[in-house]
Amino acid sequence: MKTFLFCVVVLLVILIGAFLYRVLQGPTIFDRLLGHNGISTKAIILLIVIGISFERVDMFIDISIGYALLNLVGALAVAKYLEQKGASIE
Amino acid sequence: MILSYEIPLLLLLLVTAAGAILVKDLMSAVLLLGSYSFFLSLTWAWLGAVDVAFVEAVVGGGLGTVLFLLTLIGTAPKDTRLRRPPPSAITLIVFPLLGLLLLYAANDLPEFGDPNTPASAHISPTYLEQSYQDTHTPNVVTSVLMDYRSLDTMVETVVIFAAGIACALLLRRNA
Repeated sequence: MKTFLFCVVVLLVILIGAFLYRVLQGPTIFDRLLGHNGISTKAIILLIVIGISFERVDMFIDISIGYALLNLVGALAVAKYLEQKGASIE
Repeated sequence: MILSYEIPLLLLLLVTAAGAILVKDLMSAVLLLGSYSFFLSLTWAWLGAVDVAFVEAVVGGGLGTVLFLLTLIGTAPKDTRLRRPPPSAITLIVFPLLGLLLLYAANDLPEFGDPNTPASAHISPTYLEQSYQDTHTPNVVTSVLMDYRSLDTMVETVVIFAAGIACALLLRRNA
């Protein structure tokens, strides 16, 4: 179980690295936005995996639910911003 | 050794923080700050400070992004690209020195999880042993915040409420 969780964490961190490259490098604002959203979805899983390895899943599920909800609010705010300012940002 | 797992996390923290400073566009800086506070919250969760991780995820990752974007909607011109001058010589000299000083001071900090430090030897054992009998709250942090230091927490709530009112007044659409 321990090795399985460790492999899952390593894979997730590699995936986060790929998304992070897109956020840092992304030529347009939409690349960065998608990269950020991808990082947050991986984040939720990663928090729960850490919770399982610490055997305190209840608390970590609270964190990840809060994070997921507020990420939705953040994505909505970005959408509102792009609607108001126009999507012509390079 | 727990430290070896933290090094990738700290590297990700450094990369996102540097990216948020160096990126040429305010929007991207906001998104990178969101990722930064996620990694910070992951670090807190890894160290066992689950409550702090929760606050960091909610406030830093969620509310911070929303507030920054509302500020951008309220103030920024259409073009959010940055043209900043290169840093001055004083900045380049003083801030690395300050960082070195902090690293030097961090050498004297006690080992992580050491039970003999003043912080964990002074009053924490009392809380850990007696808080359930005193307050009947299963979570020690909650019992400290809401029971032993309830006045402190109440005034803190007043401060946060005032800050919220100020933000709402500043961010009104047709102010």
